[in-house]
Amino acid sequence: MTNLSVENKHKAYEAAIKKGGKEKYHAKNKEQGKLFVRERLELLFDEGLLVEDGAFANVLSGDLPADGVVTGIGKIHGRTVCVMANDSTVKAGSWGAHTVEKIIRIQEMAEKLGVPILYLVDSAGARITDQIEMFPGRRGAGRIFYNQVRLSGKIPQICLLFGPSAAGGAYIPAFCDVVVMVEGNASMYLGSPRMAEMVIGEKVDLETMGGARMHCTISGCGDVLVKTEEEAIDYARRYISYFPDNFKIKPNIETPKVPANFEKTLDEIIPKNQNAAFNMYDLIDRIIDEGSFCEVKKLFAAEIITGLARINGQSVGIIANQPRVKGGVLFHDSADKAAKFISLCDAFHIPLIFLADVPGFMIGTQVEKLGIIRHGAKMIFAMSEATVPKISVIVRKAYGAGLYAMAGPAFEPDVCIALTGAQIAVMGPEAAVNAVYANKIADMPKEEQASFIENKRNEYREEIDIYKLASELIIDEVIEPNKLREALERRLDVYKSKQVDRVDKKHGVRPV
Amino acid sequence: MTIIKADMAGTVWKVLVQEGDIVEAGQDVVILESMKMEIPIATEVGGTVKRVIVAEGDFINSEADLVEIE
Repeated sequence: MTNLSVENKHKAYEAAIKKGGKEKYHAKNKEQGKLFVRERLELLFDEGLLVEDGAFANVLSGDLPADGVVTGIGKIHGRTVCVMANDSTVKAGSWGAHTVEKIIRIQEMAEKLGVPILYLVDSAGARITDQIEMFPGRRGAGRIFYNQVRLSGKIPQICLLFGPSAAGGAYIPAFCDVVVMVEGNASMYLGSPRMAEMVIGEKVDLETMGGARMHCTISGCGDVLVKTEEEAIDYARRYISYFPDNFKIKPNIETPKVPANFEKTLDEIIPKNQNAAFNMYDLIDRIIDEGSFCEVKKLFAAEIITGLARINGQSVGIIANQPRVKGGVLFHDSADKAAKFISLCDAFHIPLIFLADVPGFMIGTQVEKLGIIRHGAKMIFAMSEATVPKISVIVRKAYGAGLYAMAGPAFEPDVCIALTGAQIAVMGPEAAVNAVYANKIADMPKEEQASFIENKRNEYREEIDIYKLASELIIDEVIEPNKLREALERRLDVYKSKQVDRVDKKHGVRPV
Repeated sequence: MTIIKADMAGTVWKVLVQEGDIVEAGQDVVILESMKMEIPIATEVGGTVKRVIVAEGDFINSEADLVEIE
C-alpha cells in the first residue's frame, strides 16, 4: 500500500479492517450458522458499536485485521456497555500479542466507567507464534483472568460463547457471572480431542467432551443453552436489564406487571400430600410479574430452580426447590448452583426469595463420596453472607439442613413466611416415627403396628404444627397460599432501605 | 434401544409397566421412593417395554438401569 495516497491508504486499511479475515473463513462461518463478529455487535447494541479502540492493531501485517478481536463500547437499552468480541475469521480468533492487550484495555475501561462488560468468545486459543508477547508476562493472557477476578462483583461480566473457548481461554467463561452457549458451535475444553488422544489415549469427539449441551447439563460450566446466536444475544440483552451498571447502584425498577392469569389458584396446585410431586414453576409464575422469569442454569441440577424475575417491577433472585425433579432433594450440584446464584444476586443488590419445599440434603454413600457436605456448605455460606433483603418462604416443607440452606430462621432472613399447611422439622413424620420407635415397632405384634405408627405420626404432626411454630415466634408469618404474591410485594417494598454492616474482617474462608 | 436409568438412589416403590407394554415419551415407568418422597421416573422415548430390570422393593443407586425400551 506504500504507493497509495494518504487518503486512499487510509480508506484501504479501514476497509480491510471492517472486512475481517479471508472470504473462505466467512463462508465457513456461514455454513456453521455463525454470524461475522461485526454482525453480532450490530444485533447486540441498540445502535451498533459507538466507539472502537485498537481497530488498527497489527494493520501493517496485512492478514491480521484488528488482530482478531473487536473491542469497544455500545448501548443496551440505552445503557453503556463494554465489549470484546473475537473474530473467528482471523486466524480462528486466536490470541496474539495485541489481541490480549486490547482485551485487557477494554476491561480496564469497563472498570473506570463502572459499566458491564460482555465477552463474545469464539477463539481457538493462544497464537503459538506470539507466545512470548502474549502468554507469560505482566500484560499477557493471565492478566485477562486476573482482571476478571478483580472485576467480579464490581460490574456484571457476561460471556456469550459462539465457538470454541480452548485451553487457557476457557477461563474467560469460567470467571464470568453467566455463560450462554450456542448448541453445536460453542465448546469449552482444556485439551482438544486430538490432544486428548495424543496425551492420555482417549478417543472422544468434541461435543461429548466439551460441547455446549454437555456443559449446560452435566459440568455446569455453561448456564444457558440456546439454539442460535440471535437467541444468545437476546438473552444477554434481557439478562442485563435485571442488573445495575455496577455494585454501587441498585437495579432499575421497570414498569410493574401483575402475574399471568391461570385457571387454578396457588392453593389449588399445591398438593396436600407432602410426598407427592408438583411443579414449582407453576408457583413461580403465579407470584412474579408476567413474563419476567429469566432462568439461569435451567438444565443443570434441575432439582433446584434459580432465576431472575420481577415483582412489582423490582428485580429479585428466586431460589426454589423443584419437587418434580429428584423430589426437590438438595444434591452436591444443586447446592453449588444455588451458591453461585445467591452470590451473584447479593453482589448486585438483587433481593433473594427462597421458596422451600425440601426434604433435606441427599444421603447415602454415593453423595458422601462426592462431598455433599462440602458442597452444601458452599450454599449455606453464600446464603449466610448475603446482606440483600432475604425472604424465606416455606411452601410445603423444610426438613433438616434443607431448612438451613433455604434461609431458615437462624440465617437472618428478614422474614420467614410459612404457607398454611407447611411443615418444618428435623425430618418428616414417617422418618421420625421410624427413628424413634423402630425397636418398639419390631417387637410389637404385626396387627398392632399399623395403628401404632399412624397414631405416632399424628402426634408428631401436631408437635410440628405450623401454628405452634408461629406461636413460639420461630416463623414470622403464616399466610394463605393465594396471598403470597401480595405479601412479597409489601415485604420487598418495605425492605428497600435495608442496611447491614459488614463483619470486620478481611474475608471469610470459603468452602469451595 | 434405550435404557431408562434412575436419577437418584432409593428403593423401587412401584413398577408401572410390564414387558410388552407400549409407552409414550414422557410417561412414568417407575416410581422410586427416596428421602420419603415419591420420585417418578419417566421414559424420554416412546416404544415397547422390552425388559423390566428392577423389582419393587429393590434398592438401586443413582444411574442404575431400570427399564429397557425398544
